[in-house]
Amino acid sequence: MTQIDLVPVKPTTAIIGEDDTATSRKRGGSLWFRLLVNDRVAAAAACVLGLVFLTAILGPMLVGELATKIDLDNSNQPPFTLSHGWANVLGTDPLGRSMLARLIVACRTTLSVAIPAVVISAVVGSAIGMWAGYYRGWRETLAMRVADVIMSFPSLLLAVVVLYVFSPSAANIVLVLAITRIPVYLRTARAESAELQSRVFVDAARTFGASPNSIIWRHVLPIVLPTLLTVATLDFCYVMLAESSLSFLGIGIQPPDVSWGLMVSQGRTYLHSAWWLSFFPGLAIVITTVSATILAAWARIATDPGQRWRLTVPQKRLSKFTKTGKRLP
Amino acid sequence: MSENLLEVRDVRKSFRVPHAGKNKLCALDGITLDLKRGETLGLVGESGCGKSTLARTLMMLERPDEGTVRFDGVDPFSLKGADLLKFRRRVQMVFQDPYASLNSRMSAAEIIAEPWRSHKGIVQNRQDRDMRVRGLLDLVGLGAKAAGKYPQEFSGGQRQRIGIARALALNPDVIVCDEPVSALDLSVQAQVLNLLNDLQEQLQISYIFISHDLSVVRHVADRVAVMYLGRIIENGPTERVFERSSHPYTAALMSAAPTLDGAQRAQRILLKGEVPSPIDPPSGCRFRTRCWKATDVCATTTPAAAVDPEFADHTALCHHPLLLEGSGRETVPA
Amino acid sequence: MTAFVGHDAHPADVDTHNADPVLDVDGLTVEVRTIGGTLRAVTGVSFQARRGETLALLGESGCGKSMTATALVGLLDPVADIVGGTALLAGRQDRVDLLSMDRRKRREMAGTELAIVFQDALTALNPLYTVGTQLAEPFRIHQGLSARKAKRKAVDLMARVGIPQPESRLNSYPHQFSGGMRQRLLIAMAVALNPSVLIADEPTTALDVTVQAQIMALLRDLRTEYRMAVVLITHDLALVAEEADRVAIMYAGHIVETGTVAEVFAHPKHPYTQGLLSSVPVNARRGDALTSIGGSPPDLHSIPQGCVYQARCPLAAEVCRTTRPALAPVGGDRKAACHFPEEVSPRMRGERTDV
Repeated sequence: MTQIDLVPVKPTTAIIGEDDTATSRKRGGSLWFRLLVNDRVAAAAACVLGLVFLTAILGPMLVGELATKIDLDNSNQPPFTLSHGWANVLGTDPLGRSMLARLIVACRTTLSVAIPAVVISAVVGSAIGMWAGYYRGWRETLAMRVADVIMSFPSLLLAVVVLYVFSPSAANIVLVLAITRIPVYLRTARAESAELQSRVFVDAARTFGASPNSIIWRHVLPIVLPTLLTVATLDFCYVMLAESSLSFLGIGIQPPDVSWGLMVSQGRTYLHSAWWLSFFPGLAIVITTVSATILAAWARIATDPGQRWRLTVPQKRLSKFTKTGKRLP
Repeated sequence: MSENLLEVRDVRKSFRVPHAGKNKLCALDGITLDLKRGETLGLVGESGCGKSTLARTLMMLERPDEGTVRFDGVDPFSLKGADLLKFRRRVQMVFQDPYASLNSRMSAAEIIAEPWRSHKGIVQNRQDRDMRVRGLLDLVGLGAKAAGKYPQEFSGGQRQRIGIARALALNPDVIVCDEPVSALDLSVQAQVLNLLNDLQEQLQISYIFISHDLSVVRHVADRVAVMYLGRIIENGPTERVFERSSHPYTAALMSAAPTLDGAQRAQRILLKGEVPSPIDPPSGCRFRTRCWKATDVCATTTPAAAVDPEFADHTALCHHPLLLEGSGRETVPA
Repeated sequence: MTAFVGHDAHPADVDTHNADPVLDVDGLTVEVRTIGGTLRAVTGVSFQARRGETLALLGESGCGKSMTATALVGLLDPVADIVGGTALLAGRQDRVDLLSMDRRKRREMAGTELAIVFQDALTALNPLYTVGTQLAEPFRIHQGLSARKAKRKAVDLMARVGIPQPESRLNSYPHQFSGGMRQRLLIAMAVALNPSVLIADEPTTALDVTVQAQIMALLRDLRTEYRMAVVLITHDLALVAEEADRVAIMYAGHIVETGTVAEVFAHPKHPYTQGLLSSVPVNARRGDALTSIGGSPPDLHSIPQGCVYQARCPLAAEVCRTTRPALAPVGGDRKAACHFPEEVSPRMRGERTDV
């Protein structure tokens, strides 16, 4: 039993008049919701992204057959008319398949490559980075040189080589993209982790004997996480575009699977006659990446407690102050 | 068991500095001090004197190059692993900056309970932990409702109380207070100082109280040690050191600090120049470059401890101590 | 080597009480837009500064003293707006209102009439330019001197503020100086063009006590030499007691008491002032409990109706809850914003409000 248990619990030098009902901080969901709603552009981007995710999850269930139904009578029909049925409102491809349906199905494929790649590279890169940044010394040097090696290869070229040697399956694509993106997270996490070492609360944790792992887990990770999420959002765009490029080059997703990049690639030869074959998948890529970028910019401000006020402050008043020098009450 | 809870003997610590070439930054140069149970030792000095390094060394965040530290007869730097971990419970720290010393993403309860996560076995289960957290919050004068709040929701003084509660969590014998009230407003300073005082009476904790504010140190410390460029240049009972300083630097410090009744001060000593760099400190007595009593011997020989004739435990490292000038010198063999 | 400075009880060297103060602030009010709404950081602040005199704005953190200074020099954060008041500066040429100047006029006055010294010298100096360049800048901008002449003046200035070997340090960078030296550089830049008013915002808070003594002695000398008015913003009562002639005490954005330092500190007329004076551990014996002001400053979002200090005041009565006391004269040229100024004493009932 500690000495503290024996001490009568009496408030010493208690602060009189302090109210415990201080402005309660709206934690969790409602705070973020408010921050998001205040920035209309970011809110729109979030809606768009939400729609994209929903499409990826639910879409293939609803329109799966339409995407693969070959209908040679309807090949290469132009979009924006309903004369060929509502499913073909965005036109059809050379095999008569509905563009709209294929876009929806491709959405799932594209995201199922981009998201795992981002997650893997984020987790592995951040873990190594935080570990290296905590210990400094040779561990840090080693990690940074490994990152340098990876970064010195043009990532797309590396992907091309790897996928050419091994078969271009979805898993391989994910792996290659993940490896080439690790350095970004590694360097960011290392820099933040190294900076945190000089913070007083980390010293405080050391004074009561916290082990390095628990310090990383308890102190470094929660603080580094917002930055990493922002980086991940931006990286998501890059990975999506990379996958599209690979598919465009023919070593990404292979038919009969379909991704947006592959659709753009397949529409290449019809650019003059059937522009919609490449245009709509390209548009889908652009909309998704732009929304993700906007959301990343918002997240950058929202997750930084020092900058958060920019999203909550009302607009500047137009009225100037009085020049008459009258005293205000 | 010796009477002293903490004994520091001739501790030295240097750091290698990137731009200083072969020279090292000598942060601590022969520190010797004692601390008894239930006593408060004030540590006073300006920037660059090494008091932060000393605090970190006592907290075992730095290892001394030479010298010994004895805590209840045990040398903590000789311990390893589980023994060292158990030992850390006996010395805790309250930090200066109430805004930087708390992780703003942890609630007050989590902050206070964090030490227990590294020392398994103190708390039995969740209820036990919550009860102890509540007890500590009450002890420092914060209500139970404070447990779930985050640091941003507290004022500076309240955050410092959380820091004190965290330092008490492991029931230490010694708390090193590194400028605990410097960042606080005046009215809040008084509250926190009163709290520290009450806690000492109730729990018999010893404090090492580091501060640059002389009026605060005078109020809280039983004994005071004045540091300059890595050395303790004066050491003795608080009232004696303040009233009848022996070392010229101490006298200058007392004179320079503004006080409410300063208008009655006879003369203010204005030291010329600034503190020399600790990378290349002056030879012999380190204060000689700014001392108005310096003579040749001050440059050649490091001064030995000059003892106050009336108080045997009041010493000053000076060849020309103010207390003894004009009455012959009395030095203690080093 | 070491100077022994005789210290008289009246550091002011005001020859006569000038008829007109050089800086006359009246009713300054600043609002800040925040997450929780708009709050008044500074309300109806009025004070005057005279040549050769040091006026201290004394208050704890959050009382609005720094915001007052930044409002006067036009450096307010974008979320803050000046919504009322005037600040008349009687410069060498003419009288202008600092709060409603246009940008061009403000640039003309910056440094020549009004100057400010900040707390953190390292961030106030540009790390990319040498000290010589930065010190020469005021001369080049306002007096149109050539680079060589301006450098000459910079050297003189550095010598004036006590930087040793100024010629050889012209090409040094700010980070190569110590804290005290950097603060001297800031002061040098501020007084380069002989301004009428020098605002010093916590100039010595980050400095050691011996360096603080040197800097304050320097400021005193410069004040005499240049016949400036110095507005000293600080939270340190002892510093005010030693360095300032007049004091204005701020709480929650309001000025609650003004007067000469000697009078205000000897016989305060506002409970907050008395509370501050009692909190200073000046004569407390070891082990005595310090008296302190219970509670904490009010949330500026919801300042209560009536007196701003009512929640912590041992003299609070019904009238304090309904009517906000105006800053009214209480004898001589002193003012206090309290309904019961005569009842303020060290033995006020409820002296120790934290049981």
